[in-house]
Amino acid sequence: MNETIKTDVVIIGAGPVGLFAVFELGLLDIKAHLVDILDKVGGQCAELYPEKPIYDIPGIPYITGQGLTQALMEQIKPFKPTFHLGEMVTTVEKTGEAAFRVGTDTGKIFECKAVVIAAGGGSFQPKRPPIDGIEAYEEKSVFYAVRKMEHFRDKRLLVVGGGDSALDWTLNLQPIARRLTLVHRRNEFRGAPDSVNKMRALVAAGGMDLKIGQVTALEGSNGMLAAATVKGNDGSLSRVECDAMLPFFGLTMRLGPVAQWGVKMENELIPVDTAAFESNIPGLFAIGDINTYPGKLKLILSGFHEAALMAQKAYRYVYPDKKLVFQYTTSSTSLQKKLGVA
Amino acid sequence: MKERDDAAGSQRVNGAPMPKIIFIEHDGTRHTVEAEIGTTVMETALRNDIGGIVAECGGSCTCATCLVHVDETWSPIVGPPSPEEEDMLDSAFEVKPTSRLSCQIKVTAALDGLIVHTPAYQGR
Ligand SMILES: Cc1cc2nc3c(=O)[nH]c(=O)nc-3n(C[C@H](O)[C@H](O)[C@H](O)COP(=O)(O)OP(=O)(O)OC[C@H]3O[C@@H](n4cnc5c(N)ncnc54)[C@H](O)[C@@H]3O)c2cc1C
Ligand code: FES
Repeated sequence: MNETIKTDVVIIGAGPVGLFAVFELGLLDIKAHLVDILDKVGGQCAELYPEKPIYDIPGIPYITGQGLTQALMEQIKPFKPTFHLGEMVTTVEKTGEAAFRVGTDTGKIFECKAVVIAAGGGSFQPKRPPIDGIEAYEEKSVFYAVRKMEHFRDKRLLVVGGGDSALDWTLNLQPIARRLTLVHRRNEFRGAPDSVNKMRALVAAGGMDLKIGQVTALEGSNGMLAAATVKGNDGSLSRVECDAMLPFFGLTMRLGPVAQWGVKMENELIPVDTAAFESNIPGLFAIGDINTYPGKLKLILSGFHEAALMAQKAYRYVYPDKKLVFQYTTSSTSLQKKLGVA
Repeated sequence: MKERDDAAGSQRVNGAPMPKIIFIEHDGTRHTVEAEIGTTVMETALRNDIGGIVAECGGSCTCATCLVHVDETWSPIVGPPSPEEEDMLDSAFEVKPTSRLSCQIKVTAALDGLIVHTPAYQGR
């Protein structure tokens, strides 16, 4: 059974701009749900540079990527947005005047009055190793994420990588796998020391194998793996028989499904007008790094401005019969009530 | 007329010629470009539209999409990666002993003539 959620606006992407959109919409009494493929909020700020400084947020001389994310979360708290993390929006359809249906890869369906695409540089997706023919195995015997552990019971598994994802899944899957081999390009692991120790203990006890090298070729048929070739650092090749491979090489930003929603795109960006940051489809907005217009700068501050203007136009779709009165947060009691300070 | 900053050829900074970097793309395309001392090899590549460098994280050593293979003869001069960079190399592909993240190589006068090879693919 698909769950259907009714709300005013769905924001696709919980990067800094998507988060601030909650604030601007909230001031206008517009409720929002946010969906992000990452398991955390903050987009590029949280995923790519949490510890690095940002110096050009107006009024804030210095803040880290993570610091800004936390500050935004604090700022939007009064509006109680609902987050759907670890989910990718796969479909967006306009179903009527001020009516959209938005679907995610976990089968959730939203019905809303306007959609805000704040998808930044696209969705963060796993890096795909450059192995000839790997596409044929993907989602059949090569997986970049574990959705159901049971799927791997009694299989011969190849886990590739040296970070926490590779180590965690090694430790989680080792007990149920028929045989597990961890492949990493060097004998040092950057993952949590405790996980590294547990993994090494399993190797010492003969419970799993560790191979130092890089996977260079795959064998199999009809999408089902039979074996992988591992090239050692001395150039030697070895063959590891396996039923499934799980490569963990981190994430990269790819445009993803945005291109399939029928919205007009130019060089992987969504052209918008600069009065409301609306796409060619009325009610479908694009703000932040994903949009383009003459003079566009991919800066957080530009995204914030775009969110404010977007909200004014979104109001007309959500409350077609009401008239919007411009107010300041400094002096408006009604805005302050919404913010929980009056 | 003022001397233009981006003038090609004999531009000098503090009287010293600008170091040259040679980028060789995976298909053999060769680019010889000038690099500003103090910038990084990654920035030099982007400024000169060298193929094969993505640099998604803008040089903060968190994406490993700026991988280069330093030419064998230059590898000892460029030196090894820092531990932080070595960790990040785990997220790159076809890593060799001479591989580096180009955003972590600072251009110095000693690197004049540096040869680096850019890969066909950086994970996207
Ligand atoms: C190293 C670095 C330093 C930077 N420094 C600065 C700086 O100093 N100042 C500045 O102003 N800017 C800086 N930027 C740029 C700034 O981070 C971006 O402009 C900003 O993150 C854009 O915000 P956004 O919300 O539009 O998109 P993003 O931060 O890219 O977030 C978009 C989110 O949408 C999600 N998403 C995309 N598609 C889908 C989908 N189909 N379903 C679900 N989720 C989806 C993604 O997973 C992502 O989390 C820097 C960027 C980098 C990489
Ligand atoms: S540019 Fe991201 S690691 Fe070098």
